Amino acid sequence: MSELLQIPLVMAALAIVVALSAILTACAYLILLERKLSAWMQDRLGPNRVGPFGLLQPLADGVKLLIKEAVIPDHVDRFLYLLGPAISVFTTMLAFAVVPFGPVSHKPGEFPFIIAPNIDLGIVFIFAVTSLAIYSIILGGWASNNKYSALGSLRASAQVVSYEIPLGMSIVGVALLNHTMSLERILLDQAQAGFAGWNIWYQPVAALIFFIAAMAESNRLPFDLTECEQELVGGFHTEYSGLKWAMFFLGEYTHVITISFLMSILFFGGWHCPVIAEADSAYAGAWAVKVAVLLIKVSGFIILIQLLRWTIPRFRFDQLMGLAWKVLIPLATANVLLVMCVLEFGFDPLWLLPLSIGLFAGAGLIGTQTTMRGGETGSRRRGAEVAHH
Amino acid sequence: MAMPIADKDVVWVEEPPMNFWESTFLPAIVQGLKITSSHWTDFKTVTEQYPEQKPVLPLNYRGVHRLNRDEKGRVKCVACMMCATACPAHCISIEATEAPKDDPLWADRDKYPASFVLDELKCIYCGMCEEACPCDAIELTHIYDLTGATREEMLFDKEKLLSVFDQTKDSGRDPVRTSRGRLSGCSEFTALPPLAPATAVKPDDRSAKAPSPGVISQ
Repeated sequence: MSELLQIPLVMAALAIVVALSAILTACAYLILLERKLSAWMQDRLGPNRVGPFGLLQPLADGVKLLIKEAVIPDHVDRFLYLLGPAISVFTTMLAFAVVPFGPVSHKPGEFPFIIAPNIDLGIVFIFAVTSLAIYSIILGGWASNNKYSALGSLRASAQVVSYEIPLGMSIVGVALLNHTMSLERILLDQAQAGFAGWNIWYQPVAALIFFIAAMAESNRLPFDLTECEQELVGGFHTEYSGLKWAMFFLGEYTHVITISFLMSILFFGGWHCPVIAEADSAYAGAWAVKVAVLLIKVSGFIILIQLLRWTIPRFRFDQLMGLAWKVLIPLATANVLLVMCVLEFGFDPLWLLPLSIGLFAGAGLIGTQTTMRGGETGSRRRGAEVAHH
Repeated sequence: MAMPIADKDVVWVEEPPMNFWESTFLPAIVQGLKITSSHWTDFKTVTEQYPEQKPVLPLNYRGVHRLNRDEKGRVKCVACMMCATACPAHCISIEATEAPKDDPLWADRDKYPASFVLDELKCIYCGMCEEACPCDAIELTHIYDLTGATREEMLFDKEKLLSVFDQTKDSGRDPVRTSRGRLSGCSEFTALPPLAPATAVKPDDRSAKAPSPGVISQ
């Protein structure tokens, strides 16, 4: 048995089984968690009838979606219609292949807590694959042959493409600091450097930009103009029912899980915790503690994302695009410039913390000149007075 | 003649100026997060767990009808057809008949309904029949969860309506009501029980002399 496990492919297959089943179950239960959290925030209880505390609700939902009649409307482009949800699930599951979910080990007989180890371009791979996810929205909207869906998918494509840029650029700073693009190496570097080595201290602005851009990528509120009910019925998923609709949302929740993993791994030290899970902790069961620490951080981010859903009102489409192009991209560019300067001139990387805060303050001061002066209305009044005379 | 608006009539409304921190909108987001997370932690939910917790209905809730009995156990209804006439959905069908002449129980009654059929499915539960009845015979109770398997089952005849009465007269939520302030000839009350006024009534007001002061009459 153990010689079977020495074969890397067998180990990889085992890792795939474990990771994918965990993700799919987690998606189902995240939907329940989202419903419960949303309910508690709104002074009501979530689903609590099916099983204790509604814990069997995802099962009931899954069974319902499975046995629902698979309606394919007459007026759709069948191939593209069926391809949309497939791409959604495929790309987001594939992106998870390079995300470590525990202490990664490359020795042949040990469980590698990553599906595809030793990929030096981990981050680039993830962004490349998740960029393909926009195809699912575009195809879903276009193939539905429905004006609302087409509008929704158009907006979604513009939004996702615009937010790809700050998403990638915010990570350039992290990649430069750690001299690697591989997620495992970044995690290991932070773990070895200890609590003060977490990238959040060196790149707070990049973390903020990444978080905002990642939420926009996965179409979560406040960026969910493309699937909000008040405007577009269902947006790109209006014409989908049953399991095809479930696949869209499986893809979305997997994307949320992936970005929470990325946030915790890239900026918050992954499985590192000051006393109990250091880089050289090797006590029996250390791997379980490390996995638990990582999962706690990931759940913290997921809960934060779900909290933000009901806290911030939805962005209007022009505000959304303005945020990406006029705020996040310049900030991310300036951040990369800062990192390059610090690295080139040999300063201590810890200088990045006050420099980042200064960058944020400076950008804020520049950008808020108009609102602070009561700018637009003031100029309108001055213009009106001039015109009146 | 189109006059331009005078300058003194124009009010310029400007956005209040935000300071630097407010312009980043981050304090507003943090405040919002505090509000939403405080809702999580105070565990005050407004959900009613039906069917373990039944809703508390207002006192004059209009539910399933009943036909009242008087203190001798006879049906109060005199088959005057006022409820059938008043009903906007035409769901009441009454057949009047003479009271049995040789029965001492019915000595002071002329008419009573031989058949009184109320279609609970057609009814819109408006309460017009209850308002129209001069004898406080038909009333709407608080029963809201009425179900039936067939349409015929939901055609309540006299026996069924009287049985609703027997079930609900002691429930406390459906006292036998009258048209407050107006006692008709076939009502069994000679005086009304004291009722708290709906509005404050000053003693020198003209409405203080009404039988039930302060009641808003229909």
